Amino acid sequence: MSMTITEKILARAAGLKKVVAGQLIDAQLDVVLFIDVTGPAAIKMLAEKGIDKVFDREKIVVTPDHFQPAKDIQSAELHKRLDDWAKRHKIKHYYKIGRAGVCHALLPEQGHIRPGEVIVGPDSHTCTYGAFAAFSTGIGSTDLAAAIATGKLWFRVPASMKFVLNGSLPAGVYSKDVILAVIARIGTDGALYKAMEFVGPALGDMSMEARMTMTNMAIEAGAKNGIIGFDKVTKQYLDEHLKDKKEYTIFESDRDAEYTAVEEFDCSKLEPMVALPHLPSNAVPIGECAGKKMDQAYIGSCTNGRIEDLRIAAKILKGRQVAIRTIVVPATPTIWKQAKDEGLFDIFYDAGCVISAPTCGACLGGFMGVLAEGEKCVSTTNRNFVGRMGHPKSEVYLASPATAAASAVEGKLTDPRRFM
Amino acid sequence: MGTAHVYRRDHVNTDEIIPARYLNTDDQADLAKHCLEDLDPDFVNKVKPGDAIVAGEDFGCGSSREHAVWAIRGAGIQTVIAKSFARIFYRNAINCGFYIIESSDAVERISDGDELEIDYKAGLIRNKTTGRNIRFSPLPDFARQIVQDGGLLNHILKKSKHSLKKES
Repeated sequence: MSMTITEKILARAAGLKKVVAGQLIDAQLDVVLFIDVTGPAAIKMLAEKGIDKVFDREKIVVTPDHFQPAKDIQSAELHKRLDDWAKRHKIKHYYKIGRAGVCHALLPEQGHIRPGEVIVGPDSHTCTYGAFAAFSTGIGSTDLAAAIATGKLWFRVPASMKFVLNGSLPAGVYSKDVILAVIARIGTDGALYKAMEFVGPALGDMSMEARMTMTNMAIEAGAKNGIIGFDKVTKQYLDEHLKDKKEYTIFESDRDAEYTAVEEFDCSKLEPMVALPHLPSNAVPIGECAGKKMDQAYIGSCTNGRIEDLRIAAKILKGRQVAIRTIVVPATPTIWKQAKDEGLFDIFYDAGCVISAPTCGACLGGFMGVLAEGEKCVSTTNRNFVGRMGHPKSEVYLASPATAAASAVEGKLTDPRRFM
Repeated sequence: MGTAHVYRRDHVNTDEIIPARYLNTDDQADLAKHCLEDLDPDFVNKVKPGDAIVAGEDFGCGSSREHAVWAIRGAGIQTVIAKSFARIFYRNAINCGFYIIESSDAVERISDGDELEIDYKAGLIRNKTTGRNIRFSPLPDFARQIVQDGGLLNHILKKSKHSLKKES
């Protein structure tokens, strides 16, 4: 019988020939991510149960990111707990500050993500890595504790939905606009418990960075994982980044695999999209919301803080001045250095932006750009729930780096195509 | 027995349940002080041990923060009754040994302030205020086993016969 790519990866991880949607399995984990906000709780839980074991010190990747550099005493205590534990267990891939970055940008960049593998992490946007034909999903702290100790977790095999992306993206329209359009159509629970499989010619034009923006937001439609098949773009990225060059397994969905729904999109007809407060599914074409005054623009995060995103923003900001507070957050130290070496920092500085150290920071209302009561922020992040970036009466408008940059220049929501 | 706190809307999310500004701690009692703060600032003043939260579809959507379950449990809530749950919240609740009830029928038949008595094993909510009984499907067997064992770690320890306690 036929299987989807998600089913094939999970079957392999469970040591089974075949799995079907709904089946409960115990899967072997290939990579376990560990971060600062949710990780230290797992350490505490394990200690309380008298468990002091890691299943494989080479398969756990540790990076503080949410509140790094420590934003206050309590976060410093979390970092200290993380640091003590990672050193005591001689975790091989421990990215300390200076090399630490926003996890979902860092792990692929540092070559930890391989096709066909199973990756879990204590952050809901762990679904990002599905862009590499891998199964990856977000878990909580108890799951993380179990994963660290045993290298295994239970899963219910998700049913799959197929998203066919036809046509090619017009100028000024990016993968962020595509995923916002997808979520607007199916809703924030439109893919609840399911796998979102993206296929179609529009993916051929997208870099791995652009694809990661799409799989990153699968959770915003309630999905368990987002996934994109392997192609030459994937191969080229992996050839340049993989740490472990040993052969990986490429799975693809069978032609007659089962999907609970197939959604088609004509990407050539898409416009820049903005998700209005307070749900990622509230996305509308820029034409319907242009002119709305903003107080801040935020360009960064695991969704859009990669080098390609910073280049897109810089192209618009070059030779112009921002009209509102504009915060640029390169997602990893490598991206930070690349942006500096390419002269993007000069462009941002000249435009009047501030450039921060890599951190999740204000995306989740932590620090480095938190909003006051009534303030509005156009943001390249992934979530715009009530109070997400600060005061419960502040508002977040999700958009692409181009739309955020154009809006920063005008001080109000602006169609980026005006600057192209 | 406990009182129902009804939030008759969908997508009550993790940012509302426990805002990220409080994620610099994983202490349940500290988190509980801010439970549902951005949705209903008065919740922490009116909640009593044994109460229940009742809500619509997709409860707990958003972040993977287990802090959401800890904050709710720490506030004294015995269960959340919702039409549906976001995947990670559902999983976290089970892994914490925290019983949740997925039932559209129950949500429709409970009003704010109703007094509830819940029999998880039988799958029965007695609404003392209306005098009506509401049946619900209990958790699937594997999940109930984890909850009964007191959460995923206890469940694993039971299965592994303490082999995990050795130093690595």
